[in-house]
Amino acid sequence: MTGPAEYFQRDRNRHPAAYTPGYKTSVARSPRLPLISLEQTRSEITGPVFGHGDLGELDHDLIRNYAKDGDPIGERIIVHGRVLDENARPVPNTLIEIWQANAGGRYRHKKDTYLAPVDPNFGGCGRTLSDENGNYFFRTVKPGAYPWRNYVNSWRPAHIHLSVFGSAFSQRLITQLYFEGDPLIPLCPIIQTLPDQDAVGQLTAKLDMNATIPLDSIAYRFDIVLRGRRSTMFENRLEGN
Amino acid sequence: MQRLDYLRETPSQTAGPYVHIGLAPGAAGFDIYDEELGRDIAGPNALGECIRVEGLVIDGTGSPIKDVMLEAWQANAAGHYAHPESKGTVEDGFRGWGRVITDFETGEWGFDTIKPGPVPGRNGTVQAPHINLWIVARGINIGLNTRAYFDDEADANAKDPVLNLIEWEIRRPTLIARRSDRDGKPVYRFDIRIQGDNETVFFDI
Repeated sequence: MTGPAEYFQRDRNRHPAAYTPGYKTSVARSPRLPLISLEQTRSEITGPVFGHGDLGELDHDLIRNYAKDGDPIGERIIVHGRVLDENARPVPNTLIEIWQANAGGRYRHKKDTYLAPVDPNFGGCGRTLSDENGNYFFRTVKPGAYPWRNYVNSWRPAHIHLSVFGSAFSQRLITQLYFEGDPLIPLCPIIQTLPDQDAVGQLTAKLDMNATIPLDSIAYRFDIVLRGRRSTMFENRLEGN
Repeated sequence: MQRLDYLRETPSQTAGPYVHIGLAPGAAGFDIYDEELGRDIAGPNALGECIRVEGLVIDGTGSPIKDVMLEAWQANAAGHYAHPESKGTVEDGFRGWGRVITDFETGEWGFDTIKPGPVPGRNGTVQAPHINLWIVARGINIGLNTRAYFDDEADANAKDPVLNLIEWEIRRPTLIARRSDRDGKPVYRFDIRIQGDNETVFFDI
């Protein structure tokens, strides 16, 4: 067999199902027919490539990248970790984008009408590239919890949205980061779409005192795992697996 | 017993209603980046036919979804992807990737690009020209993958190994964009039905 090395089949049991009635919006937005499973081709094992030329200097620093006349209000935090694949190999130079509410739980978005105020010094989005060892970090303020209309009294736990590319379109992933110890985590209908507690744990960033900057910012660690890849099949022999 | 030491993929969560803040902040209502990524799929030097692809994303009630983000990934007119593992080169400035959001009022989306060429498939086959699409939104727990093919490529489509993999022939047309002309420019219509009658084929890639 020849051809490009494929990415491991996605373990759908690791992800939420499409139809999760407790999260009401998913009901009308979930396919009813099964996905068609594709053996990967060049269309799936390639994906967009980004470089430092695509980014601005402050893109990873949400405390400074929208500041007008001072720092944003809120708990100063660092979110850092590694991007790895399922083989535990680092994923270097991959684009990570984040977005979040401000410390009061309000998004800078024309469709968000929550009564908490917009922070004039906080945009709420950032982006960075992992380094050659897969490491990444952002500086931001800890987002606040906010109410939303699922049930009448539903609240999202504090969370940061993350978008990650990897090097293949089949690795593309969007997820959310939660914070260790948040009592809203077990109550959240969106978190309850996850199949088990292990999956919830993987989305829960851990307080990392060793990475905290004394007298400045608290740190949370959040590693990201993207789909792994087979070694190239060469003369019917598995190499390196 | 020995243990396999593979890590497990990070689980997906919905992109939520405010995906624009992170991925298209201009649409959310503010400027922050010098350049938003994915605005220009083909770049200024791409050879081939300039086209527009547009449509709606429709939910199970028949209503357009107005907070969708789509990403497109495509080859150039010669069938090469802008990626080190794709044989052949692409034009300077051709990335082949873009993102587009639906209009908040109408749910319409559209992007300008060049028509991709046929792409090598598995085991010596040839895939008909297509654009790979990835769809995220509030209520979509894990991004949906599909492909847009072109109705003026009927011969290539008839031989396409992916279209032919779809057992229900009646579902194959859900992946075919329909060409028309607008002011002399080709426009392909590609409505995506998430659920219900004529549900679009989605792939597990």
